[in-house]
Amino acid sequence: MSYVLTDLVKEEIDHWKTRFPEGRQRSAVLSALHAVQHENHGFVTAEQMNAVAEYLDLPTIQVYEVATFYSMFQTQEVGRNEVAICTNVSCMLRGADDIVEYVENKLGVKLGESTDDGRIFLKKEEECVAACCGAPAMMVNHKYYENLTDEQVDEILDRLD
Amino acid sequence: MAHEQNLVCFNTFGSDESWTLATYEKHDGYKAWRRVLAGELSPEQIIDEVKASGLRGRGGAGFPTGLKWSFMPKDADVQKYLVCNSDESEPGTCHDREVLRYNPHALIEGMAIAAYTMGATVAYNYIRGEFLDEPVPRFEAAVKEAYDAGLLGENIQKSGIDFDLYTFVGAGAYICGEETALLESLEGKQGRPRFKPPFPAGFGLYGKPTTINNTQSLASVPAIIRNGAAWFAGLGPEGSGGTALFSVSGHVEKPGNYELPMGIPFKDLLNDICGGVLGGRKLKAVIPGGSSCKVLPAEIIMDCTMDYNSLQQAGSSFGTGAVMVMDETTCMVRVLRRISRFYMAESCGQCTPCREGTGWLYRMLTRIMEGNGEEADLQKLVEVANKIEGHTICALGDAAAWPVQSFLNHYLHEFEYMIRNGGASIVDSATEAAA
Repeated sequence: MSYVLTDLVKEEIDHWKTRFPEGRQRSAVLSALHAVQHENHGFVTAEQMNAVAEYLDLPTIQVYEVATFYSMFQTQEVGRNEVAICTNVSCMLRGADDIVEYVENKLGVKLGESTDDGRIFLKKEEECVAACCGAPAMMVNHKYYENLTDEQVDEILDRLD
Repeated sequence: MAHEQNLVCFNTFGSDESWTLATYEKHDGYKAWRRVLAGELSPEQIIDEVKASGLRGRGGAGFPTGLKWSFMPKDADVQKYLVCNSDESEPGTCHDREVLRYNPHALIEGMAIAAYTMGATVAYNYIRGEFLDEPVPRFEAAVKEAYDAGLLGENIQKSGIDFDLYTFVGAGAYICGEETALLESLEGKQGRPRFKPPFPAGFGLYGKPTTINNTQSLASVPAIIRNGAAWFAGLGPEGSGGTALFSVSGHVEKPGNYELPMGIPFKDLLNDICGGVLGGRKLKAVIPGGSSCKVLPAEIIMDCTMDYNSLQQAGSSFGTGAVMVMDETTCMVRVLRRISRFYMAESCGQCTPCREGTGWLYRMLTRIMEGNGEEADLQKLVEVANKIEGHTICALGDAAAWPVQSFLNHYLHEFEYMIRNGGASIVDSATEAAA
């Protein structure tokens, strides 16, 4: 089954293409995947990657290899809200492991898994997100939350649709 | 002793809407760039000024910025590029995010001056993908403001100078902070470091001469041109000109990003600026410049000043200025295992010693923590680290090795204790004994 990029995604890709020299549209692959993944609520399918390749006039492998290299792209179906808890040293020193445990218990899933209702994807052990002075920190749908407490985690996660 | 803060990159901080053009101009923003546009400064003058300022690359390597700029070919008929490395991902480091969010115009002006100096008419700011919600839009809004004010674009203010600045957004990969991996990523590929030579100044983005500088380095440039090289150099000690953005995290009362003159004594940074160790506990160790730097025990770091020479003499390095503070309750085995996990996860996989070795390190440390370690593992850890160090295309391999070597050098007894006690930490035993 082939997939057709939406006009909104095409517009976004076209916008990025203007930033690169003629013939260097491959530079737009990362942004194209961001756009498609955003529209698809958190992950990209093979059909969507093929569509990106076709639109940018690139071999499909050049899109697959990018989608599988970078940690922000998910190539398996995941829950629609992405929760990524930083567990690197600065956050670990300020209790990140307790936050992870709290969230795992609250959601009933382990790191790397999604809730059964597809509401939340708890990303696998997240590396440093550069919010070290506000540790412990997490990203929810790319928005940063810092100096986390269990109460704040409740409030943030309970709000998600 | 009082230490003056926010002299260079954070100089708009504290003002309302510190990120706007209006605020930046109130702080003498774009004065240096306007002098360039008025034809008052030649590229040679600027390179000399930046060299004399003592500015060194703040991304971790500390290479002199002016010297790096001078490597660019002088001929005018080839497209040249400037690339800013805002792929801030060295664990512990979070100050470029502050520049992007709260003083983006300092970076834009610095990029404009740098590009003019090297004859680059196009620049990209490579921002890590995780920053897409706040720092990216903030930076892009500032770029638009600068275009609208006639400070960027074609034949800017009829100066004959062209300069276009674009944002690029990454997608999560520490390795893209390595400058040639960053170029690969900018070309839409996997972020795998290139063999060098050729160096980017000869063969960079799209095969064209390119210079890559760190966010903080570039954001420091306007103040250098505005106030003079001597002023900047004089802020810090010999060999470490200017200010640094310190990201202080971990066990301190007031973690934060602080811009301070280079050479501030560590004990002042800890006690006067950051309110001391968390809960009044005792300092155990500090990683002074991001997780790739060697750890220093309290008794060594307390006598250091925070600059290139002092930290190097102490057996570590200045790195990114990311100061990770650990108190007496910290289990060093656990910290090293977490650091090793990071390098395993972030190795791009193209060099065997790094791809395989980082996994070995992590698995051996995990084994020790699970109570299945053997005394021989300690020697093996060092051997594996030594076999990675110096045997890879880029510095990620070295960065994976140094923590292992330094943690075992200074805290061997903690590893031995854990191996002999079935995975129990010496720290927990101390807590129990005290209770």
